[in-house]
Amino acid sequence: MPTDARKQSVGLVTPITHHFDHDFELACGKTLAGYDLVYETYGELNKDHSNAILICHALSGNHHAAGYHSYDDKRPGWWDHYIGPGKPIDTNRFFVVALNNIGGCSGSTGPTSINPATGKRWGSDFPGLRVRDWVKTQAELADLLEIDIWAAVVGGSLGGMQALRWSLEHPQRLKHCVVIASAMKLTAQNLAFNEVARKAITSDPAFHNGNYLDHDTLPRDGLALARMVGHITYLSDEVLGSKFGRELRSGSFEMGQDDGVEFQIQSYLKYQGESFSSCFDANSYIRMTQALDFFDLAREYDNDPVDAFKNAECEFFVVSFSTDWRFSPARSQELVQSLIAAQKNVSYVEIESKMGHDAFLLPNARYQDIFSAYMNRVYKSIKRKK
Amino acid sequence: MRFPTELVQPWIEPGSRVLDLGCGDGKLLHQLAKNIDIHGYGLEIDPYNITASIKQGINIVEQDLDKGLSNFADNSFDTVIMTQTLQAVRYPHLVLDEMLRVGKQCIVAFPNFGHWRCRWYLNTRGKMPISKFMPYTWYDTPNIHFCTVADFEVLTEEKHIELVNRRYVDHHNKSSSAARMWPNLFAVTAIYRITKE
Repeated sequence: MPTDARKQSVGLVTPITHHFDHDFELACGKTLAGYDLVYETYGELNKDHSNAILICHALSGNHHAAGYHSYDDKRPGWWDHYIGPGKPIDTNRFFVVALNNIGGCSGSTGPTSINPATGKRWGSDFPGLRVRDWVKTQAELADLLEIDIWAAVVGGSLGGMQALRWSLEHPQRLKHCVVIASAMKLTAQNLAFNEVARKAITSDPAFHNGNYLDHDTLPRDGLALARMVGHITYLSDEVLGSKFGRELRSGSFEMGQDDGVEFQIQSYLKYQGESFSSCFDANSYIRMTQALDFFDLAREYDNDPVDAFKNAECEFFVVSFSTDWRFSPARSQELVQSLIAAQKNVSYVEIESKMGHDAFLLPNARYQDIFSAYMNRVYKSIKRKK
Repeated sequence: MRFPTELVQPWIEPGSRVLDLGCGDGKLLHQLAKNIDIHGYGLEIDPYNITASIKQGINIVEQDLDKGLSNFADNSFDTVIMTQTLQAVRYPHLVLDEMLRVGKQCIVAFPNFGHWRCRWYLNTRGKMPISKFMPYTWYDTPNIHFCTVADFEVLTEEKHIELVNRRYVDHHNKSSSAARMWPNLFAVTAIYRITKE
């Protein structure tokens, strides 16, 4: 943690784990006999509990969205650029709640938890999840924290899908829905990439049908490969070119010296894959990508998003990034078009960035500026209500 | 250059749906929402204006008018407004077509290049006019399609567009008698309420 972290960030934070002691019915029909949620909060909840912001995480995210866990912590939470004092989600004004979704592997109930029915780890037997299951657990967390209405539910990518689901499932429990680099459903290309990722994991001989923990092993290679594929799709051709180009990390192009030749991009992807596979659970990755695949905002509304959004009561803010080809601006535009047709209040911006899908996590002057302006609007709407 | 709300407000049904093309800092929509409770959306491409519109509290959608309005259904708005933007689009006639498709009625306002001062400037100096109202040099200007009152009315006739109402105003946004009598010479700004014939 940098010495001036208190000024730039929320500083030291401690995750809280809450056990929900009741049966929880999932969308698939199966029931969890109780479940844990791990979450963090930043800022102070005001007297009338009207300044709370829910942060929904993306595929591999977790509850640690901002600040540091210890003084030795080198890196802050995953959205520290955007959550903190004076930042767009300003912790001097808002009470921010970030959680790890069930099915994850950062402390909330998931495939690495013990299945109470068997006394063994769930592994691949962990029930299939839908985005709506997460929204339901998030609503129970809101009840626990005595938050009737979120000032805003905010999410990027898969997190944006949760925010959208909130607007339909609990229209009266949020005032603003902030959807960043997301979509109303995945395209076939996106489904294809996720299938490659899952296949990479299940093809690893160490996967053992998902019960690798019982075999005291991990499908590291498969998970690393899944992450490498994913990582390529989160970045743009342009940024890969400018960051790595065809530069060599080792070896040379001289004829007859092919051994030991490694491109910078190879080494980078290897590092990304290895560091991810040492901290993420393969079954979680499979369950998370499935939830992402199955999400289709308007399926139960006769595939008509305009009809779906008629239920929504909040205001929407939609952001896309110019070089994001995994969740392209066109997907956000479809969303905005449906919201306008449903006569909902919506604002939309397309941020110029060469960083691809990852842009939603990274610093960008215009993104910061306009995100702050919108969150300022959220803050004003709280004050007006008083 | 901010456009005075009172010039368009009388033509807009209170509580109706309004789309503002090239909405600038969003002031016009904000005022219309405040005064007559319209439900509005603004389209804009300039990042500074978009942020200003967010601050203004209006619905702002980043969109390039030169790429059309294909994302909006026919007659999906009661009124489509475009003030001081016609001269800045690549194909003004196509934008007009699109406006009239999306809006049940449209309001178009543009600076009249036929105004006597423009003519005088061009006549005496032989150069493209630069003034407080048109502060750009010819080579670096967003305004690529200036037209006169007469030009616009010829276009509307060719396109069978109905001119429901028109107003011609001077520098102070007032309908002076000269501007009413000889609009092509004395109107600084021309404002039309138009519909499909």
